[in-house]
Order: sequence, then structure tokens, then C-alpha cells
Amino acid sequence: MLNRVVRLIIKEFLAVWRDPHSRIVLVLPPLIQLLVFSFAATHEVRNVALGIYNEDHGRAARELVARFHAIPGTFSRVEHLNSLNTVQSAIDAQDVLAVVHIGPTFSRDLEAGHSTPVQVLLDGRKANAALVVQGYINRIVQDFAAERSADKGRFRTTRRRIVSSAIVPRMWFNPNLSPIWSSVPALLGILINLVALLITALSVARERELGTFEQLLVSPLRPAEILIGKAVPAVMLGFGEGALMIAMLILVFRLPFTWSGVVLLFVAMLLFLVAIVGVGLFISSLAKTQQQGFLGAFTYLVPAVLLSGFATPVENISGWLRWVAYLNPLRYMISISRSIFLEGPDTTVVMNMMWPLAPIGLVTLTAAAWLFRKRME
Amino acid sequence: MSVNNTAPQKPARVRQKGGRLLRILSLVRKETRQIIRDPSSILIAFVLPMLLMFLFGYGVSLDLNNINLGVVVEAQSAEARNLVHSFQSSRYFKVRMARDRRDLEPLLVGGRLSAVLVIPADFAERLHRRDKNPLQVLVRGTDANTGEIVLNYIEGTWRNWLFQEGINRGEARNLGIITVEPRIWFNEEVESRAALLPGSIAVIMTLIGTMLTSLVVAREWERGTMEALLATPVTRGDLMIGKFIPYFFLGMSAMGLVTAVSTLVMDIPLRGSLWLLAVVSAIYLCFALGLGLLISSVTRNQFVATQAALIVGFLPSFILSGLVFELNSMPWPIRYLTYLFPPRYFVSSLRTLFLAGDVWQVIVPNTCVMAAFAAFFLTMTARKTRTGLE
Repeated sequence: MLNRVVRLIIKEFLAVWRDPHSRIVLVLPPLIQLLVFSFAATHEVRNVALGIYNEDHGRAARELVARFHAIPGTFSRVEHLNSLNTVQSAIDAQDVLAVVHIGPTFSRDLEAGHSTPVQVLLDGRKANAALVVQGYINRIVQDFAAERSADKGRFRTTRRRIVSSAIVPRMWFNPNLSPIWSSVPALLGILINLVALLITALSVARERELGTFEQLLVSPLRPAEILIGKAVPAVMLGFGEGALMIAMLILVFRLPFTWSGVVLLFVAMLLFLVAIVGVGLFISSLAKTQQQGFLGAFTYLVPAVLLSGFATPVENISGWLRWVAYLNPLRYMISISRSIFLEGPDTTVVMNMMWPLAPIGLVTLTAAAWLFRKRME
Repeated sequence: MSVNNTAPQKPARVRQKGGRLLRILSLVRKETRQIIRDPSSILIAFVLPMLLMFLFGYGVSLDLNNINLGVVVEAQSAEARNLVHSFQSSRYFKVRMARDRRDLEPLLVGGRLSAVLVIPADFAERLHRRDKNPLQVLVRGTDANTGEIVLNYIEGTWRNWLFQEGINRGEARNLGIITVEPRIWFNEEVESRAALLPGSIAVIMTLIGTMLTSLVVAREWERGTMEALLATPVTRGDLMIGKFIPYFFLGMSAMGLVTAVSTLVMDIPLRGSLWLLAVVSAIYLCFALGLGLLISSVTRNQFVATQAALIVGFLPSFILSGLVFELNSMPWPIRYLTYLFPPRYFVSSLRTLFLAGDVWQVIVPNTCVMAAFAAFFLTMTARKTRTGLE
């Protein structure tokens, strides 16, 4: 029996590996994606074009404007606008993301000790960036106000003080808060998910489509053996792919690592792949053609990635979707991978994140076996 | 009578002309039936878009609520109590208190806390001493993007508190304070879903135009039905047009569905005109279909075609389009790379059309670029088709 299964595994492996096209497609794209998308996956807001509409010629206004020029990384370009019309069209045309509008009486009011507004207009088409930039501008203006009042204070009374509203935080685990450090371990999970899911989702469907499925059925192989034969090569390929990517993470991206962490990661990857292969085989048993298998896999993959914590924080998935997210193997894989690389392998923490993969894998594999048998009758 | 005389010649010509149209029509009919009969194309054209809308509309967003924040108060004081209260009363934070930072710091590992705020024993003194940084904040950087948002929220709350303190002290009366009045255009409540939902049309059209089409055509090659069709009087051009038309309509109807759901159910405004939205989407769809047809005729293998469609079609529409990630913040090689992928222009147009209106300065250049891409890929497909005749 073992012999039979091993031969089937070899056959399945060859079915994917023999074709030079699919061989290239299996290895190369994930690595390229790792390189490109890891750099692209950022919510940081930098290189923003800012507009300033200053109607005031007073000293205070000039000083405030100068502060916006002094921040090169955040604002790539500061454009001076001179009428409400140009403000309107600059925002409309997406020339600038935000406009700071200083009214004509700004300096005078401030001198007189009145409260005075600074208007900030933001382009809500980029909701996230707008909010962040609003925060930046707020900080600049408040610090300016605070320092001014401190300066003035020296003349009037001596007990004025200023506290900067900028917090100097300490970033744990990722000192520069580099988005690449977080996106790369997450992409590792997404890409092996992709590979393992596609291989399995197409496997049974391909045999059905080509008519070789009947041949398998008349062979002495039992359904469970056929399933094992389909599952093992996919897990192995996913594992190989994962190992390659881990090497890249360490050698190219220079993520901090320890050998015990790598071992833990491999264990987690194995559990994860088993769960994913279960999903893939389930879809494949359902599908009559490769097209159906692929599109089914894809329909699974899109929500799985969206609910994984890769692009958006997993904490703010709302309502009952949060519970759906708890069933998503990718979510665990991403947390584990990030935790091991960035926080260091804390066995209890990783175990806490890892154990849900075991029941999930059990359920998906059982479901796949059940459906497979059912569809054979 | 004379009409009758010329009759035998005319029908022949008509048959020839009408024949091509009829052939294309019957190809379209065949393709349409194939779409309708196969549940997987319905899945990708209608179920997945609805799923995406639902997830973007209700599930995922970049706005954080209930951030798990640890607060360490090393010594009680009026100021510290006051500050803690402002964090506790914010809807953004779920505060966990402790006396000693060592109780909370380990919880940062694994993410049970997203940040720890330490109010030192001499907080009140530091405030009076004008210390630059009276607070200490530790942020979990494991997910840098979340860390960034968390830090922004903490800073915002801290700033408001300082500001409020200033007013309470009466600094405002003597020296004048500056209030920042933000006004967010086009998306007054700054909901991330108002930016995500219109943009997701780009993803959906790429799915149908590139992914589904490349798969279907590659299947014909793989199964040999393409060769069978070529043995008939049908030309390759006819075949491509026969493929193009049904998927074009499928894509446009999915776009219509998404637009209807976003505006009617999800309360996203459509401030631009519907016809312009249709035109812009149609041009993008031409690009997507051109790419899909090209991929399928180059690869002629379903597995390879899907992978190629995934990499040059779907993923860029998600990641390199500005839909979820900030284009301006990407490193410059990637930033330039995004200009080579049309989704970037489409997402920007979609957001403008939905949230801002018919802003020609944005729509016209974007549409021209997309049209150029569409023309390029359709020409490439046509050329590939012709040379393949040998």
C-alpha cells in the first residue's frame, strides 16, 4: 500500500513539475512578487504634495509657512497658491493632497492675543493619507503655537512653558517601523498559500477534465490513498517554496532570525500547508473542470487575504466577520511568521498562535475526503 | 421585373457579408451560453464582486477602534489622572492599567497590547519643567502599518489633551491660540470604504477581463477546440471578436452591479456622471480584455495563463494601483513601475468620478493613458492572432 501511494505521489509530483512552463511559473513569480510587493505594501504617508494659501503678510504667518518647508521627507513639494480658485483646482486635479489656508488677519489676531483659525483642506479621495496628513499638519501648527507662546512668555511672565506635542516613541521589534519588515513575513504566508492552493485545486479537476480520473478509479488505489497522493506533493512543493523564501528573507531582506525560530516556522508552515491543502482538495473535488477549480480557489483566496491582517489591521475587522477571520489559516500563519522574525521565537506565544491550525487542518482535510468520496459515487 | 433579374447575384454578396456577422453572432451566442452554463464564471463575475464589496464595505478598514493600549501610571497625580481619563473616554482605545511597566511590556509580544503608554512618576513635574517628552510610548512595530496608525491616534489624543490643558490654564486669553480647522473634501466623514469601494471596480474588471478571459481562451487551446474552430470558415479575428463581446458585456454588467450596490446600499455618492463612468470603465475593460486574450494566446495552457493573469493583472490592480497602499510612499523603482500598470490610472479616475465629480484635469489624462494601453494590447493580440495562422 505504501508503495502504491509513493508511486502516486511521484506521479503527481511529475504532473506538476514536468512541464517547463509550470515549473517556471511555480518558482519564479512568487520570488518576484516577494521582491516587488514587499516594497509596495506600505500605508506610510510620505512625499505628499502640500499647497499653502497664505493671505497674510505678517511675520507669524511667514514663520508658520517656513515650518512646512522644513520637513523634506513628508512633504515632497510645497506649492504656493494665491486664490481660492487655484486651491480648488489644485485639489481637484490631485496636484496637492492638502492645502493649508492662512487667513488675512492671522498675524494680527495672534499679536492681539485672539484665537485664530488655520484652515486645512484635504482630499478625501485618499481617506487614509488625508487623515495622516491632517495629523502632521496639526502637529506642526500646534508646536508652532506652543513655541510662540513660550517665546512671548519670556517677555511677559517667566513661567510660560511648552511641551511638544510630538511624542518620541520607542518602536519595539521594528525600530524604524519599516513596512518592509512587516510585509515580507506576511507575503511569505500569502505566497505559499497561493502555491499550495492552486496546485491542489487544479489536481483532481485536471484529472476529471482530461478523463484520467476514471483510470485512477479503476486502479487498486483507495480514495484515501488517492487523496494522500494529491496532498503530499502539494505540501512538499509549498514547503520547498517556503524554504526558498525564508532563505530570501534572511539573505536578501536581512530579517533578524534565530535557528530555533526557523525550526518553529517550519513546523508552523507544515501545519498551515496541511490546512490549505485540505481547502484546495475540497474545492478540487467540487470542481468539474480546471477553470472551476481555479476560480473556486480564487474566490477563497481573495477574502482569505483580505481577512488576514496583511493589508489592513486584523484587529478592526468588524462584527461577525471577526469570527470568520478566526477560521482563516492565513491569519495565523502571518502572525506567526511576523512574530518569529520580529519579536523573536517565544515558544509559548507561537504555540498559542499555532494550535488553531491543527483543528482547522483536521476539518478541511476531513471535509475534502468526505466530499471526494461522495463525488466518486 | 428588373429586380428579379438582378436577384441571383445580390443574395450571394449579401450572404458573404452577412455571413461574417452571422458567424460572429453565433460565436457570441455560443460563448454566452458557455458563460451562463458554467457556475464558475457567475462566481467570478457576480459572487466575488459582491464578496469584495461586502468585505470592503463592512469588514476591513484602515480605521482602528478598540486599540489595546496599556497605560502605566507610576505615581498618581491630578495631571496623570486627567490624561488617563482622556484615553479611557476615547472610543479608539481599550485601556488596560498597571502600576509597573514590567507587567505590561511582555504583552506586546504576540500583540495582546498594541502599545504601552508610560506616565512617569514625575509626569507633573516634567510638564511644569517644560520637558520635551514627559511621556514614554512603546509601540508594537511587528505590523508597521498598524503601529503607524496606533502612534497617530496616541499622538492625536495627547495633543488634544495638551491643548485642552492650555485652555484650562488660560494661556489662550493672554497669547492667542491657533485652532486647526480641518475640512475634508469629497469624503466628509473620512471613511476608508468611500475610497475602497469605488476603487474595487478596478479589481473586479481585471478579474473578469484578464483572469476569466485568459482562462477560458487558454482552455480552448488546451483542449484543442480552438483548432477545431479554426478548421471552420471562422477566422481568428472573428474568434477573438466572438470572445471579446460577451466578456465585455459581462464586465460592464458587473461594473453596473457594483456601482448600484455602492451607491444604493453602501451610501457612496456618485458625484460624476454615469455616462463618463461607463466610458472610462469601458476603456479600461478593453485593456483588461486585450491583456487577457494576449496572455491566453501566448501561453495556451490554463495553469500558466492563470498564473500570468494573476501576476500581471490581478495583483497589480490590488497592490500597485493605490487602492490599499500609498503610491507616493513606495520606493522610487516601485513607484515608477506602477506607471506601467493601468490600474493606477483607473483607480484614480474611479475615486474622482465617485467622490469628486467630472474633474476633467484628472479624467482626461488618465483615460488617454488607459486608451493607449488598450490600443497596444488589442493590437498585440490581433498581431499574435494573425501570425499564429501559419
